[in-house]
Amino acid sequence: MSIPAVSFRQVSFAYRKLEVLSDICLEIPNRRISCIVGPNGGGKSTLLKLILGLLTPKLGEIKVLGKNPSRSRGRIGYMPQYFHFDPQFPIDVASIVKMGRLNGNLPGFYSRNDNIIVDRVLDEVELLPMKKEVFSNLSGGQKQRVLIARALAVEPELLLLDEPTAMVDAHIEAHLLAKLRELHKRMTIVLVSHDASFVSELVDQVICVNRHAEIHPTHPISESGIEKLYPDRVKAVHHHHDLADHKHD
Amino acid sequence: MTEFFQALTDPNFPFLRTALGMGVLASIAFGISGSFVVARRITYIAGAIAHAVLGGIGLALYLQGAHGWSFPDPMAGATIAALGSAILIAWIKMKSFEREDSLIGAVWAGGMATGLIFLSITPGYTDPMSYLFGNILILSSRDLWMVAMLDIVLLAIGILGYRHLQAICFDEEFSRIRGIKVGLYYTLLLCMVALSVVLLVSVVGIVLVVALLTLPAAIASQFSRSLIGMMAVSSLLCLTFITAGLGLSYEWDMPSGAIIILIACAAYVGSSILQHLRSANR
Repeated sequence: MSIPAVSFRQVSFAYRKLEVLSDICLEIPNRRISCIVGPNGGGKSTLLKLILGLLTPKLGEIKVLGKNPSRSRGRIGYMPQYFHFDPQFPIDVASIVKMGRLNGNLPGFYSRNDNIIVDRVLDEVELLPMKKEVFSNLSGGQKQRVLIARALAVEPELLLLDEPTAMVDAHIEAHLLAKLRELHKRMTIVLVSHDASFVSELVDQVICVNRHAEIHPTHPISESGIEKLYPDRVKAVHHHHDLADHKHD
Repeated sequence: MTEFFQALTDPNFPFLRTALGMGVLASIAFGISGSFVVARRITYIAGAIAHAVLGGIGLALYLQGAHGWSFPDPMAGATIAALGSAILIAWIKMKSFEREDSLIGAVWAGGMATGLIFLSITPGYTDPMSYLFGNILILSSRDLWMVAMLDIVLLAIGILGYRHLQAICFDEEFSRIRGIKVGLYYTLLLCMVALSVVLLVSVVGIVLVVALLTLPAAIASQFSRSLIGMMAVSSLLCLTFITAGLGLSYEWDMPSGAIIILIACAAYVGSSILQHLRSANR
């Protein structure tokens, strides 16, 4: 049996005296997509920071890619939410993606190989023609793709996405879904979301976090399953129009 | 301005050449450090470092006047105080104290108060105005050499550490994940700011130096697409303001520091209006 990408054994974490996570036991299998869901303040982001090694648990043991989180960081690609960034920071797309090639503290310059990798991942997210564009001039969906490209520039074995669909429209969600479908063939993906419905088709397990964690495997839903879920008659709605604004994305 | 340029070649006015030389050298450092300060939004920290410098200057003058020490001279004292306060503030920031802004305020005011105490107990009369608002007459050619050396150090750090400094300014969390010692680079960044502040304290003074550190960079940020472009534009603007300020203050017989800062303020207001009109027309 292969080593899980992430494992938590009886992990508890508290900010000072406020316990945020308690007795968490979970395993995230390799090359699968897992979705962490839960209410605001339930500990989703803390769980992510523990995986990234940015926080240390008070109790229990965490292994990421078979090692302590701080030793596995170099193999993790991380995409934060784009609206955390200063909108006036003068930086272009390529400079942000290149940050994924930083490794350690040695001063110097990016290598030729770094530039090749940056071009490759930008091409993968269909942003290569915009590599010299200023980040603040991009639309929300494009910014998300830049941050995915930066996470991919790490050449990660584990990809962590924090609320990838927050503040993006349905069209971008669909685009992201297609990208995740492609990426999960070569890496483990963990995404944090307040709503797992957009990836339900792809997700292998849903981790519900609200101080404690429960893991639920997913399975295709059948006609009888729908009848059990909704006792009344359920009707399908077909949209014959497209409201999404494709101009910027 | 013709009189100013004639005076520059006059052997009777060596201080003007020294002041302009200081301005040229410091513009490069200011362009680099100022851009990081504006992009990272740490102007108040630069202000604290600048004001803490008076503590070092006061101590140096006291040791010279009361005990006859030849070292540290005021410039060295300013450098030590600036670096000391930069390291202290970096430590406060990295430890994420609850009252972080108050602690930085304490460094700001504490440095100034220490400086004023030492100046008051130093034998003879020392006018704090020269240090608070700048006086190009107190510059020596030795200061110029020291500034040139500091400039080389800043350029080397700015060029070799650019990738890491840009990363910690844009996204501290991601930098940490990539194995960068954010605390170390943040301390380095504040030390760069500290050294830059020392460079121009003699020209524009402690009170006004932050304006010259941030205003050219703030103007440059309105038109720049990258941090490196912002640094280049900011350096050129800084050089223009210093040259124009020295020239006008010479012609009008007014304090050079104040004139330099007023020119920078006018340029900032002008560029902001221009920027506003450009976005309104889009």
